Amino acid sequence: MVEYILEMKHITKEFSGVKALDDVNLTIKKGEIHALCGENGAGKSTLMNVLSGVYSYGTYTGEIVYYGEVCKFDNIRSSEKKGIVIIHQELALIPYLSIAENVFLGNEVTHMKGVIDWNETERRARDVLSKIGMGNEDLSQLVNTLGVGKQQLIEIAKALAKKVELLILDEPTAALNDEESNILLDLIRKLKEQGITCIMISHKLNEVSRVADSITVIRDGHTIETIEKADKEIEEDRIIKGMVGRELTNRYPERNSKIGDIIFEVKDWNVYNPLNPMRKVLKNISLNVRSGEVVGLAGLMGAGRTELAMSIFGKAYGTKISGRVIKNGKELHLKSIQDAINNKIAYVSEDRKKYGLVLINDLKWNMSLACLRSRFSRHGVIDENEEIHAVENYRKIINIKTNSIEQRVGSLSGGNQQKVVLAKWMLSEPDVLLLDEPTRGIDVGAKYEIYTVINSLADAGKAVIVISSEMPELLGICDRIYVINEGEIAGELQREEFSQERIMKKIMNHIGREKSNNG
Amino acid sequence: MANTIQQKRIAVGNSVQQKRMAMSNLKQYGMMIALFLIYIIFAVLSDGKNIAPMNINNLVMQNSYVVILSLGMLLCCLTANVDLAVGSIVAFCGAAAAILIMDYHIAIPITVAIVLVMGVLVGMFQGFFIAALKVPPFIVTLANMLVFRGLTMVVLNGQTKGPLPQGFTQIGAGYMPQIFTQVGGTKIEILSLVAGILVSIVLILLEIHSRRNKIKHHFAVPPIWQPAIKLVVMIGVLNFITVKLAMYMGLPLVLLLMFVLIIVYSFITNNTVAGRQVYAVGGNVNAARLSGINTDKVMFWVYTNMGFLAGLAGVVLAARNASATPKAGDSFEMDAIAACYIGGAAVQGGIGTISGAVIGALIMGILNNGMSLIGWSIDIQRVVKGLVLLLAVTIDLYNKRKSS
Ligand SMILES: Nc1ncnc2c1ncn2[C@@H]1O[C@H](COP(=O)(O)OP(=O)(O)OP(=O)(O)O)[C@@H](O)[C@H]1O
Ligand SMILES: [Mg+2]
Repeated sequence: MVEYILEMKHITKEFSGVKALDDVNLTIKKGEIHALCGENGAGKSTLMNVLSGVYSYGTYTGEIVYYGEVCKFDNIRSSEKKGIVIIHQELALIPYLSIAENVFLGNEVTHMKGVIDWNETERRARDVLSKIGMGNEDLSQLVNTLGVGKQQLIEIAKALAKKVELLILDEPTAALNDEESNILLDLIRKLKEQGITCIMISHKLNEVSRVADSITVIRDGHTIETIEKADKEIEEDRIIKGMVGRELTNRYPERNSKIGDIIFEVKDWNVYNPLNPMRKVLKNISLNVRSGEVVGLAGLMGAGRTELAMSIFGKAYGTKISGRVIKNGKELHLKSIQDAINNKIAYVSEDRKKYGLVLINDLKWNMSLACLRSRFSRHGVIDENEEIHAVENYRKIINIKTNSIEQRVGSLSGGNQQKVVLAKWMLSEPDVLLLDEPTRGIDVGAKYEIYTVINSLADAGKAVIVISSEMPELLGICDRIYVINEGEIAGELQREEFSQERIMKKIMNHIGREKSNNG
Repeated sequence: MANTIQQKRIAVGNSVQQKRMAMSNLKQYGMMIALFLIYIIFAVLSDGKNIAPMNINNLVMQNSYVVILSLGMLLCCLTANVDLAVGSIVAFCGAAAAILIMDYHIAIPITVAIVLVMGVLVGMFQGFFIAALKVPPFIVTLANMLVFRGLTMVVLNGQTKGPLPQGFTQIGAGYMPQIFTQVGGTKIEILSLVAGILVSIVLILLEIHSRRNKIKHHFAVPPIWQPAIKLVVMIGVLNFITVKLAMYMGLPLVLLLMFVLIIVYSFITNNTVAGRQVYAVGGNVNAARLSGINTDKVMFWVYTNMGFLAGLAGVVLAARNASATPKAGDSFEMDAIAACYIGGAAVQGGIGTISGAVIGALIMGILNNGMSLIGWSIDIQRVVKGLVLLLAVTIDLYNKRKSS
């Protein structure tokens, strides 16, 4: 007989009258890695919030049975006491505290009452970190000096310090590159060997298919099915079929690019780090985009792609910027972001919560923010009717799942928030579109929709530059790819030469060249 | 099949939207109901003294400065900051007005203009430190609270300066044109009644217009009883006030001033790009910046505007008191800040309305007035005001948490 660690029965959860979860059932076997898949807004995060007590008992209906016992969690603490720990879509680390302090945040090691025992803290932190392969890290380092990949691992360490038995990870690899993701997934497998059960939400289906023992698919607040891994891995196409309810024959829409003349160009672009003006972040970058062309920027995390895009976007990043930006044969002198927007350049940020959205305000408000002056106002007075019409229109075009355009953006699902950011910049009707990780946290179906939008923008003669850490995505949607490494262009690939190996080879060659230059 | 689900969702969505709209409206009414209750409690406690025509008149005149200040303070609160210096700036500008008129014999209109410009310059001075030099607003305004209080003492030699000429005091204590008649033995000022009725008609027309407009564009509208009740209450209150004022001396000039300012600032916050930008800066500075908003410029103008309104309040206060004193405007900043928070502004910034701030200011004003009428000491008044602030914000936060 199989032993279930968790059974969630007939869970229904409403938000002001709309059912986000409708009679959902979920059973988790002890010691397995169980993946939750489903479209944006399907209710995955909500289900996990119910489980972990973020939504307290009584705000939903249904039953949570954990180790055979009915549980009624009032808050996160009460679920943590039972060994259920959730790591949210957004990291919850305190940037200016050390690794050790973060690991025991809210769970401090004390002697007597309330006095922190630093020696014991250090010893135990070392213990926990060695379990996740970070035993050699300096424990007094501040967390904000670590990359996202390591921060994600610290989150797991934090969970381990709480004696976790059921670990919930909500899109843990969304912000990680392939290498970092692999480290994380290996760790999850290792934890499984130590008997820790794991629920993982992810839109990266290749990862899901690699590590998951079983997969539950949720659609529109209903459980659709649970797929068990028999003796071989569950295929991606099988998961997609469950998610969207039909076969998705192509991951990327057909591209029939009609490529014209160069319409956007950056020449000899040099940028220094604003916090450390001696350090050059970007060195002599030159690139161009032709009309109707989708150009990709590939590279490892920290290669300087985001910095490049932001510095072009009206010097939103960097100091001592030199070089030329040319649009339609005319040199632009962009001194501010407003300048860039006025010249029809748009930048869609990779971090929607921090840089893209005002979470306390509604969809309409957020979507019109970047073009209030140019599109929705006369003499500084806003034309609200015009605003509502345009916003409603774009909401339909990119299919944002929401009750109304007056829903608070903070209450949308992660993927739908991403769509709002995209719509916001489409509303500004740009000629040059800089897209930084435009599909982060977005489901397969929605990704396809966004690729289609990118295609149609390119077909309309716009210049589109896409940054992505998912190489297959760049290979699937771009006409040309620049490979960037350590702030320099390490090479360029035409569509005919596209392959992941070639991109990696360009990066490796470049790293080699750097070394021999320095040595 | 998929289609019907879609349609059901949309249908559900609409009714939910209506429900939510009703909720948010109700919350706003909550404040108004609190205002009424407080007023009625004091009406009972003071044996009806606070509904006497003269007291209504005093309420308007005594509260005008806090209302004026809270309009500017709301913008500061929206950016998640406050201005602690306004009380001192009010005193300083009042002192300047008195000195210009009494020592330098400068014509009254020119004096007013100079003082307003001074307010703007003080605001720009603060704005410069905040926006260009990036000194936290709390520190800048705390420092200026001391600086301008000190300067006021210096320029006034620690003495009260007055009495100011009648031409000047008109601004704070004067009335609009009056036509008196006798009705059943009481003297009545006709123009106030007319003004009350005219404004009522305008309110009705505006509501009809906006509703028609929404329907025309197929936007959701609240059920008709809601605006109806709102209108009845608003018109009732309005005419209650104008009738009372008619029984006294007619419409005070400061009432007109407040009326105009409230309309202008509501318009700015609701309907202009500038207003949206203030909300955006408070809601998420980074996102605002990347949306092309010059966040430094926004901060600069928010504080410059506050300086202007502080200058204006300084003139009105000096005019009403017919003198300038070193202690003038003491703790006005606290009243204005409290007004904004009682009116639903969020400490984290990005949330708050002009109407909320005005209602907050009126609650503070009615408390002050009522407690004075029944003879409670200043000390007790502070205790009560403090507790009301605490209670109002707690209830507001609790409601927000419950609804999310
Ligand atoms: N606090 C809230 N108020 C109102 N609606 C909400 C709230 N939280 C979630 N929802 C709604 O519930 C639905 C499910 O959201 P949820 O975050 O669980 O989706 P998800 O499956 O995690 O999607 P994603 O993959 O995009 O993160 C969405 O339609 C969302 O708008
Ligand atoms: Mg989610």
